[in-house]
Amino acid sequence: MTTTTSPLRPRRSPLLTGLMLLYLVYTLVPLLWLLLSATKTQADLLDSPGLWFGDHFALFANIKDTLTYDGGIFVRWLGNTLLYVVVGAGGATLLSTAAGYGLAKYKFAGRRIVFAVLLGAVAVPGTALAVPTFLMFSDLGLTNTVWAIIIPSLISPFGLYLMWVYAGEAIPGDLLEAARIDGAGEIRIFFTVALRLLAPGIVTVLLFAVVSTWNNYFLPLIMLSKPSLYPLTVGLTQWSNQATGVGARPIYNLVITGSLLTIVPLVIAFLLLQRFWQSGLTAGSVKQ
Amino acid sequence: MNAQKKSNNERNTAMKSSHRRSARRLLVVTAAVTAASLVLAACGGSDQAGSSSQPQGSAAAVDEALAKGGTITYWSWTPSAEAQVKAFEKQYPNVKVNYVNAGTGNDHYTKLQNVIKAGSGAPDVAQIEYQALPQFALPGSLVDLREYGFDSLESAYTASTWGAVHAGDGLFGLPQDSGPMALFYNKEVFDKYGLTVPKTWDEFVAAGKKLHQADPKKYITNDTGDAGFATSMIWQAGGKPFTTDGKNVTINLADDGTKKWTGVWNQLVTGGLVASIPGWSDEWFKALGDGTIATLPIGAWMPGVLESSVKAGAGKWRVAPLPTYDGQPATAENGGSAQSVLKQSANPALAAAFVRWLNHGEGVKPFLSSGGFPSTVADLKDPAFVDKKSAYFGGQAANQVLTAAAGTVVKDWSYLPFQLYANSIFGDTVGKSYQAKTDLDPGLKAWQDALVTYGNQQGFQTNS
Repeated sequence: MTTTTSPLRPRRSPLLTGLMLLYLVYTLVPLLWLLLSATKTQADLLDSPGLWFGDHFALFANIKDTLTYDGGIFVRWLGNTLLYVVVGAGGATLLSTAAGYGLAKYKFAGRRIVFAVLLGAVAVPGTALAVPTFLMFSDLGLTNTVWAIIIPSLISPFGLYLMWVYAGEAIPGDLLEAARIDGAGEIRIFFTVALRLLAPGIVTVLLFAVVSTWNNYFLPLIMLSKPSLYPLTVGLTQWSNQATGVGARPIYNLVITGSLLTIVPLVIAFLLLQRFWQSGLTAGSVKQ
Repeated sequence: MNAQKKSNNERNTAMKSSHRRSARRLLVVTAAVTAASLVLAACGGSDQAGSSSQPQGSAAAVDEALAKGGTITYWSWTPSAEAQVKAFEKQYPNVKVNYVNAGTGNDHYTKLQNVIKAGSGAPDVAQIEYQALPQFALPGSLVDLREYGFDSLESAYTASTWGAVHAGDGLFGLPQDSGPMALFYNKEVFDKYGLTVPKTWDEFVAAGKKLHQADPKKYITNDTGDAGFATSMIWQAGGKPFTTDGKNVTINLADDGTKKWTGVWNQLVTGGLVASIPGWSDEWFKALGDGTIATLPIGAWMPGVLESSVKAGAGKWRVAPLPTYDGQPATAENGGSAQSVLKQSANPALAAAFVRWLNHGEGVKPFLSSGGFPSTVADLKDPAFVDKKSAYFGGQAANQVLTAAAGTVVKDWSYLPFQLYANSIFGDTVGKSYQAKTDLDPGLKAWQDALVTYGNQQGFQTNS
């Protein structure tokens, strides 16, 4: 009875620790490369080792060039991405929450059909729908507008599914009964009771939606042909492609610095929201 | 409900396209009438100087549109596009040109294809590379510029670029830049290892062996399987693997010319004598500067790229004619693009006017000053261009070699009407031979088979 594993003092496993360290290196090396490369000039990028500094420390010059190249188009792309994320991902979260709550807590005809459609929608990757969506939006005259990105982003089948399941678990039916008996209307119950209980789930859905909208590439690539409407993903690819073919003008240093600037807001969002997320994922794992 | 919506949609599209069809018919009829009246007018007028550069009559419709003004949209990714648009608007203040860089290469074509399919949203004028032109011209997405009498401009362009803007009999754009191939070589490397500039491909292979033996880290050139390069090399060898009349397509990637090329290139690939560095990667730009890659058989537009993006190679590079199989000068086009008017354009006459200005007028100047290599004969003969000494090329008058190449392009080449797709699967077929360092012929056969299948799926009668 000497080496029992208690939950308070878990046994160390050198193998698992080693694997974890390996994975840590695996995930951090690309980030490190990005950080180091962002400090190099275009010439240094080609002449210095990948995982160390170049001859010049050009991070700030690179940031300045990135923000001012081609009339400051990068700032515009950043603004576009923020708009798509705030309205698109924010809207998707709101819709998923309301719909998930409704489906979980009200009994009405057709729920099973909604469920079947939902499962089907989760299974179809958004990329496969991009071209049909384009043709539809083109008929409506909405291509080359911000709506072409925002409207499809509002739909998040996975978020809805998650909220549906989560609302079913996190909100006790008795609580709603009690609120009703106390005379609260359904709207008031949703905003004052349900939303609070759903907070961890909402944060989770929000994070998923933010990441997928932030990284959305194929849809805007297809929908938009005006560079002034591009999000960062499409804009950076355009910069990167500039290195190809007749009249090539490679600006790898700006592409790399731009990529670094692009992931900063995502990293911040994760750092700020992750504690909600953790509590969200474990909620309901223990019966109280 | 969905089904109903769909059938509504279909009906709408059908209605729209029938409107469009009748509108187009009207346009064609009008154009024919205009053309006829122009011919009459031309007969009445005095035909001065024979090869006057302005098209005789039909310029009227174009000039009228220019005088009337309006707004057009132009999609292009060339470095000179913005300066050209500004200069044009300055000269014609009543014309507004919305310049859009919709993407480079494939991104641009994907968007173009989508807006054509959608039936709206296309630009009036688009840059289209010669290899992609048949793909847009043959299904009828581009305006045949003979409507505006642009066929009279033939003498202004090199034979190869003039051929490249044709599909069938139609004229579907005016050539902007051209890329007759030449051999760019790093003289420093050649001097160090005692190599002589190869005149034939056999000498090229021999030089490759000698160099790689002397320094296993150095390669005569790089090639990881690039469709544009391979087709140009087949072109130079006299191959005609693709023939088409718009409906029937014949693909033969084992004809004499193709075999001539693989006969040489197989030696380089199987011998590991070409660097496996993909073109246009950062590694490639680096290798061009530090001597890892000793030569580049590539289009005449390369000096601009070298000067702006391979600063480390300044003073080291020189240009020589492309090696040939028999020592007689012969070359092929590699890259280059034209500007075309889209059928969707609401103001095709004005769009045509812009195209004419770009490639047969003042627009050529901003193009030349951005480092472009022209397709216009007058500029290719201009002593100021031809004899210009380049410091990057160690004082060599590089354009003398390049302009001479423009006159020796092998005739009668054509690309597939689905060349963009073909290029996109080159890596999956021929690329495998490159990776395995084996003969390219089986890879080319696989490419051919895949293309025949695809061609038939697309509604072309495709044979091999």
